[in-house]
Amino acid sequence: MNTRAMWAIIRKDLKVVLQSKSVLIPLIMVPLILLVLMPGVGGLLLANADADSEMITDFRREAGAFFDNLPDTFSTRLDQYDNEVQRITYILFNMFFPSLYLILPVMAANVIAADSFAGEKERKTLEALLYAPTTDRELYLAKIVGPWVAGIAIGWLGYIAFALVVTATTFSYMGEAFIIDGTWLLLIIWIVPAAAGLGLGAMVWVSSRVSTFQEAYQLGGMIVIPLILLILGQVGGVVYFSPLIVLIIGAVLWVPTIILIWYGARSFKRGELIARL
Amino acid sequence: MTSYAINMQGVTRRFGDTCAVDDLSLSVAVGEVFGFLGHNGAGKTTSVRLLNGVLMADSGDIRVLGLDPQTEGPQLRSRTGVLTETPSLDERLTATDNLTIYADLYGVPVQQVKQRVSTMLETFGLSDRAHEKVGGYSKGMKQRLALARAFLHEPELIFLDEPTSGLDPVATQEVHEMIRHVSQDEGRTVFLCTHNLVEAQRLCNRVAVMEHGRLAAMGTPKELAREIGTNVTYRLEIGLEQRQAALDILKRIPSLMDVQSDDEALMFTSTDREMIPDLLTQLVSTDVRVYALTPQATSLEDIYLALHARKGHRQ
Ligand SMILES: Nc1ncnc2c1ncn2[C@@H]1O[C@H](COP(=O)(O)OP(=O)(O)OP(=O)(O)O)[C@@H](O)[C@H]1O
Ligand SMILES: [Mg+2]
Repeated sequence: MNTRAMWAIIRKDLKVVLQSKSVLIPLIMVPLILLVLMPGVGGLLLANADADSEMITDFRREAGAFFDNLPDTFSTRLDQYDNEVQRITYILFNMFFPSLYLILPVMAANVIAADSFAGEKERKTLEALLYAPTTDRELYLAKIVGPWVAGIAIGWLGYIAFALVVTATTFSYMGEAFIIDGTWLLLIIWIVPAAAGLGLGAMVWVSSRVSTFQEAYQLGGMIVIPLILLILGQVGGVVYFSPLIVLIIGAVLWVPTIILIWYGARSFKRGELIARL
Repeated sequence: MTSYAINMQGVTRRFGDTCAVDDLSLSVAVGEVFGFLGHNGAGKTTSVRLLNGVLMADSGDIRVLGLDPQTEGPQLRSRTGVLTETPSLDERLTATDNLTIYADLYGVPVQQVKQRVSTMLETFGLSDRAHEKVGGYSKGMKQRLALARAFLHEPELIFLDEPTSGLDPVATQEVHEMIRHVSQDEGRTVFLCTHNLVEAQRLCNRVAVMEHGRLAAMGTPKELAREIGTNVTYRLEIGLEQRQAALDILKRIPSLMDVQSDDEALMFTSTDREMIPDLLTQLVSTDVRVYALTPQATSLEDIYLALHARKGHRQ
C-alpha cells in the first residue's frame, strides 16, 4: 500500500472541499439547525411550559398512537419521571431526535463526496491524479476515506453539541444532564459510520453518472428520503428506538452501504474513468 | 536491459466504432526527444494514456522503461512524468500546495519536498506568486505550473501533450529551452505530442506522423524529407552579368519548377536530385560563374503537408 500517496490524496480532497461555499454552507447549517437550534428551542419551550396546562396534561391523549405501542422498558423509564413535562422532554430527545440526528452523517459524507468525486470530474483535476503511481484500489480507498471519516467526525461532534444544548436548556427542571445511554451509544458507534458510508456510497454511484457537482448534489440528496420515512414511522408509533432496534436499523443500513462501496470499488477503474472524462 | 524507453508493437485501441490507435508500432530510444505529430483526433493523447497504463489497449504489446503499463502501471508511472493536455491543476489550491501534494504522490523523499517544490517554482518563474490560488493564474502560468509538476519527481521519461499550446512566443521559447535542458543536460527521454511543426523540427531527434490512429511516417526530419521526396528549393548564386544565360539554361531543364530571380540569386524547385550535376556542368560550360548552390532545408511543415496531400486523407 502506497500510504503516503493515499494520505496526500485525502489531504488534498479535504483541503479542496473546505474552499467551496456550496459544500461548507450545508456542512455548517444542517448541524446548526438540527442539533443546536431545534433542540435548543424545544428545550427552552419545555423549560418554560406550565406543567399543569392542558396542552401538557393532554399530551398523552393527543399523541395516542405513539403511546399505544410503547414497549415495556420504555414505559418503566417514563414512569420514573414526576411530571408530564419531563416525560415529553425525554421522549423528544431520545425518540424523535435520533432519526433527525442520523441525517447529519449521511448528508455530510454525501456533500463532501459530491465535491471530491463529481466535483473533481467537473474541475478536470482527475486526469493528473490518474497518472499518479497508485493502483486503482489505493486511489479509490484514498478518495472514500476523506468523506467517510469527515461524515463520522461531524456526526460525533454534532452529538456533543446536541448533548450540551439539551443539558443546558433542560437541566433546570430535569435535574440531570443529558447523558449517553445504550441507545445513543449504539447510534453513535454503530449507525453513524453506516449512515456516513451510505451517504458516501450513494454519492459515488451518482457521481459516476453525472458530470457536475450540482447534479450530483441534487440527486445524491435523495438518500435522506429513507431517513425521513423513519421519522414518520416514529411519529406514527411504528418504530421505537431501543438498543435492539438501533442494532437492527444499523444492520439494515450497513447492507446497502457495503454493497454501494463494494460496487464503487469494482467500477473505479482508471481506464474507464479516463475514457469518460 | 533494453535501450528502448518505449516499444509498442501492433497496439490497437477502439472507442466504439472509432479506432483511436490502429496497429501502431514504434520505438523510442533512451535519451531521445521523440516528436509525435498528427492532426486533431489522430490518436496522440490516447497513445500517451496507453503508454502510461492509464488506458488499456485492446490488443498489442507495450513496453515502457522495460515495464508493461497494463500490469505494472504504478511502478511505471512513478518513473514517468506527464503534462496532460489540459493542465489539470487544483485551482482552489496554491501553486505550492499543488506541487507539494504531487511530490508526496510521486514519492519525492520527504526531507527534499520543500526544497524541490521551491526550486521548481523558481525554475518556472512562479516563486513570487507561489502562495496565490491557481484559479487566478493566467493560462501561461498554469501551463508552467503543470510543467513544473511533470518534472517534479525527476522522471526518466517525460510525456508532453502539446506543451506550448496557448503560450505566447516568449513562454514558448522558455518551454523549448526547458525541453532541451532536460534532454541534453539531464539525459531524459521526451515524448512530445504536438501539432506545432516548427517546434518538432527544432527539438526532435525523430518524429512520427500519425493519421487517424495509424503511423503515416517516421524518422528524422531529414529522412522523412528524402523518403517523401518533397520538393526541395535551391538557391543559386551567380555572377550578375550572366543572369540571363543562367535563366535560359534553367528553363531548358524540364524537372525544374518555380524558377524565380531576385536581386542576388536565382531560386528554383525540384524533386529530382540527379539533375544537379547536369545543371552544374551546363552552367560551368557556358562560363557562368557559380558562387553557390544551396538547397534550402525542407521544413517539417512541407513534409507534413506533402504527406497529407499524398494520402488525400484529410477531409
Ligand atoms: N474516451 C473516448 N471516448 C470516445 N472516443 C474517444 C475517446 N478518447 C478518444 N477518442 C477518439 O479517439 C480519437 C483519437 O483521440 P485523441 O484524443 O487521442 O486524439 P489527439 O491526437 O490527441 O487529438 P488532439 O490533437 O485534438 O488532442 C478521436 O477520434 C477521438 O474522438
Ligand atoms: Mg490530444
